[in-house]
Amino acid sequence: MLVVEKNALSEEIESYVEKYGNDRSALLMILHEIQKKHRHISEFAQQEVARLLNIHPVEVYSVISFFAFLNTNPKGRNLVRICQTISCDMKGKKQVVEAIERELGIKIGETTKDNKFTVEYANCLGLCDMGPAMAINDQVFVNLTPEKAVELLAKVK
Amino acid sequence: MENHLTVKLGEKKDRKGPVIFSEYKRGDAIRKALSMSREDILFELKDSKLKGRGGAGFPTSTKWMLTAAAKAEKKFIICNADEGEPGTFKDRVLLMEYPELVFDGMVVGGYTIGAQLGIVYLRGEYEYLLKPLEDYLEEMRKDNLLGKNILGKEGFDFDIEIVLGSGAYVCGEETALIESLEGHRGEPRNRPPYPINTGFLGRPTSVNNVETLAAVSHIVVKGGKWFAKYGTDKSSGSKLFSVSGDCERPGVYELPWGTKVSELLELVGAKNAKAVQIGGASGHCIPKSQFDRTLAYEDIPTGGSVMIFNENRDMLKVLKNFMEFFVDESCGQCTPCRIGNVKLLEGVEMIEKGNYTFAHINKLKDLGRTMQLASKCGLGQSSPNPFISILENFKDEIFNRGNGGRNGR
Repeated sequence: MLVVEKNALSEEIESYVEKYGNDRSALLMILHEIQKKHRHISEFAQQEVARLLNIHPVEVYSVISFFAFLNTNPKGRNLVRICQTISCDMKGKKQVVEAIERELGIKIGETTKDNKFTVEYANCLGLCDMGPAMAINDQVFVNLTPEKAVELLAKVK
Repeated sequence: MENHLTVKLGEKKDRKGPVIFSEYKRGDAIRKALSMSREDILFELKDSKLKGRGGAGFPTSTKWMLTAAAKAEKKFIICNADEGEPGTFKDRVLLMEYPELVFDGMVVGGYTIGAQLGIVYLRGEYEYLLKPLEDYLEEMRKDNLLGKNILGKEGFDFDIEIVLGSGAYVCGEETALIESLEGHRGEPRNRPPYPINTGFLGRPTSVNNVETLAAVSHIVVKGGKWFAKYGTDKSSGSKLFSVSGDCERPGVYELPWGTKVSELLELVGAKNAKAVQIGGASGHCIPKSQFDRTLAYEDIPTGGSVMIFNENRDMLKVLKNFMEFFVDESCGQCTPCRIGNVKLLEGVEMIEKGNYTFAHINKLKDLGRTMQLASKCGLGQSSPNPFISILENFKDEIFNRGNGGRNGR
């Protein structure tokens, strides 16, 4: 990481701390902001958060490792999460997943070579009445068919 | 068909229901509550016999009375919007279409228990609701429904903030939720002490389900007796049911407690149902022979998840899906839950492969009962429910899978 990049990230994290406060109870929202922007929380970011909240970096790491939506390794530019719960499963989740896997040429859990997509399973997305459902980043899509799902991915930049 | 779920906050679909979906105008409950004394609000709640809608069913009036009675400089009210139970989506509908009920209920709660801050713990999966809800709170501030001296009530300052979860089912458990709010891993605490005296940041805290708060808004305006008119003696009022699976009209339904399973199935157009999973993955699987049982705390208590399976569904596959979920979501803190769920899943896989003995399966059922007793929180205490109830109620289907099951797969 270049020094200028480090400085920029430090400044960014400082702005989150300003917004949410420097109490430990602000940690989850700060991590959420970093995750959203960078799609992962790097070691340096963890150290900066720890420094600003005055806790040990391992405390930050332990929280990241607990939550499914926080990660320390970079993922693709777009995160696709497909609901794997039984309601969506019964409505044809498997076919949707297979279509996406074929189209992107990866298996679920993997990232495309161009780093554009990471595809994962998620537990219940709370869209059971409109399954199969998937989330692309923070937007959700429902009533999917294999064809529709692939079409939606094609529209993503 | 529109695939993108767009959010227009407050825009209501045509929903009908006796209580939650009945007429309500934003701010009504706050206005009414501020003209009442705190004790009177608690009496109304007591009359309503409202119980927590998250599933555990603790009387709301008692929870608020204890939090109100706790002596502390600061208190909190938390809205638990971390509905992660598979098959549940009523809170999404409430927050999207009826945010006024939920937020007004929180303000009433803040006034009643003497809290200055309300926190909505919104599950990470509902991130798309964060911005619209924050905008809505901003409007409430403009109208003085939040902020200082709310609606001119001298000394009543209250505000609401939203914190986003990050994909952990266990954080729906109130002490795990508080842990994660405090910036720790979302691992449940030992109870007691309960949040009502040692909650968020060690202060008295009332954690209430989204639907409970929505019900409070109606109760304050229309009275506890009005609310208790609906439902049964032990389960007053109505309940939102999130219906999914094999039926013609899935969605959220408001029905009075005491409704029979068969009545609900008819309403949603479920033909050929052979089983209904009530209460989500951690709930119970009801076979056709028990469809005349009633949805109520005294018979089948539930947080409202109803998943319907028709004649063609493989119940072992359903069970496997649930057990995979629990293995995934166990926080790993206590041994019965961390290891128990893995063992139960292994058992399901053995049956799937036709490579099991009844002696072993019976041992696993015993293990399940041990987990129910020995696990630290509700997750491990209830995760054996589907294992025990599905294997019991569908043993003919599951153990007669023909020729030793699916050998070789």
